[in-house]
Amino acid sequence: MSKDSIKIRMPALGGQGAVTAAHIAATAADTEGYYAVSNPFFGAEKRMAPSESYTRIGTVPIYDRGEVIYPDIIMVYHPQVITMGKSYTMPFYSGIKENGLVLINSDHELVTDSDRKFLESKNVKVLTRDFTKFAVEIAGTELATNMAMLGALFGALGTIGKSAIEEGIKDRFLKKYVASGGTASLDSVIEKKFKKKLDLIQSNLDTASAAYDLTAAWAKEVGLAPILDPIA
Amino acid sequence: MSIKNMTKEKNWSGQTMVSTDYLLFEAPREKHFMTGSEVLKEAMKRCTVDASVSYPITPQSEAAHLIGELWAEGYVGTYFRGENEFGVMSEVAGCAMAGARTVTTTSGPGTLRAMENFPMWSGTRIPCQLVLMARGINSPLTIQPDNLEVSFLLETGCMIWYAENVQELFDMSIAAFTVAEMPDVHVPIITAVDGFFVSHTRESVMLPADDIALFPYNPYKAPLPPIDSEMPPGRFLRDPFVMKSNYISYATHASWQWEVRSAVDRSRPYAKHFLNGLAHVTGDQDAEIVFVACGTASHQAKEANRELTKMGIKSKVVKLRTIRPFPHAELLEATKSAKYIFVPEFNIVGWLEKEVTQSLYGKSEAKVIGRPRVAGGMSMPVEAILKEVLENVEKGA
Repeated sequence: MSKDSIKIRMPALGGQGAVTAAHIAATAADTEGYYAVSNPFFGAEKRMAPSESYTRIGTVPIYDRGEVIYPDIIMVYHPQVITMGKSYTMPFYSGIKENGLVLINSDHELVTDSDRKFLESKNVKVLTRDFTKFAVEIAGTELATNMAMLGALFGALGTIGKSAIEEGIKDRFLKKYVASGGTASLDSVIEKKFKKKLDLIQSNLDTASAAYDLTAAWAKEVGLAPILDPIA
Repeated sequence: MSIKNMTKEKNWSGQTMVSTDYLLFEAPREKHFMTGSEVLKEAMKRCTVDASVSYPITPQSEAAHLIGELWAEGYVGTYFRGENEFGVMSEVAGCAMAGARTVTTTSGPGTLRAMENFPMWSGTRIPCQLVLMARGINSPLTIQPDNLEVSFLLETGCMIWYAENVQELFDMSIAAFTVAEMPDVHVPIITAVDGFFVSHTRESVMLPADDIALFPYNPYKAPLPPIDSEMPPGRFLRDPFVMKSNYISYATHASWQWEVRSAVDRSRPYAKHFLNGLAHVTGDQDAEIVFVACGTASHQAKEANRELTKMGIKSKVVKLRTIRPFPHAELLEATKSAKYIFVPEFNIVGWLEKEVTQSLYGKSEAKVIGRPRVAGGMSMPVEAILKEVLENVEKGA
């Protein structure tokens, strides 16, 4: 049974862009017409240190704030979240709700038999995939891993479309331009930069879109039940 | 953008000046999606701010930085970085005494480092605004949300308001200047939010256009004259009574301290108007289970209220919007039906529970339960609140 609001936990490492992904996810959901909130949680701001961010999406107003202790969806951005415990909760699936979903970015299987047994008892579906490789192949950079994860999330959810994701990505990368640029500043230098930025946005979109298709097909294949109520 | 001469209609950034009522209640609004830090920039952009002093400390660094951008864009008269938070709060006092509408931001250890200044602020009756993005206090070192620091500020003679979310931070930080600058109030105001839960949380918010702004602060209506090259700061700073070493030194100190508290009290009707009441009540009016909270804790309580409703249990949430002055009458009225008053808090000491208990002492039969209580950056999941409620109510039944 799908729910009127869901909580998504994104354990990642500093530098992977989980904060950006949570921001875009919430903006996309907001664009689609949902209530949405995103927030980060981190300690020292340094690369490879644990960094988590959260997105909450619902058809009802969302009051809940802070760290997501009981998530419906967990997105593991890096194998070290599991292998080295780089997260705020152990084990990585701590608090997962029934009928939930876990997406893991890894090139090898990290879920042990006992983990699997527990997750199955909660009817939680798990997808392990090398989203970094995916990002490198499509966007040409591992920095787009977060976009692949983002696309994967929405492909599995199925209630927030690609155009909303596009809005989210554009909002994140173009806003500053729109706010302070204006037509007068469209000289060649800016134009060049702008073109670069548009290229960046396009490759991000392509990555997210391909990952969206991948998980949408996977969700159908494994019979993933709808998690989030659609917008009425 | 360059600073322009102010006209009758336009401020120095070319914004049309409007009343606080128009800005807060009448101007058409559009939906935006932003963080608390970003929204504070938007609020200050509409406040015709003369001066801002900053010093970086997580989680308020972004907000301080963004106010700096406002200065670069020509919306804030002057902006500079202090030596440390003690320096910042002293410099804020200097700006405000000179008649500038002044804002600053800080968090946790920064607040404590600056501590001596806050009662000095209220004692000199400056109407400056501190936007406090609450963070835990060392040690061990933490940067996470925890509002213990607010308990240190309760008796500084400053007004303290508490915003629940990004929207409230916007509206409150604008209303704050207006209420603080009322000639019969004229004390500093601390607008508090929980760090990260508000400063770094991105959500939708309704904002009026940015081509309108408040009228400037008029220091010549202040109870103490502003300083200039001929006028030293408040007579008692230049020529302290203590130097007289006679009865007048302590008598003046005492009466002035009382006057500062009376000034805070006199802010009630203004705050009531601009905040739509000192306390907001949601949920079942006749509920026996009542949550009394401020800031993020009231958000969490609303989440619990929704879950309890699904279980067929009545409850209500009393969100306190002002802490100083404390909304005694509003609290008493809102808890009339209460058998159990839960005070969920994001700090280890339960300062709000103490405030609530003290306020209701001898006036209410309800049992005040200072739980759940989390600290140091812990979240307060709705599950924890429900557990606390169900256990206590079962026991009591």
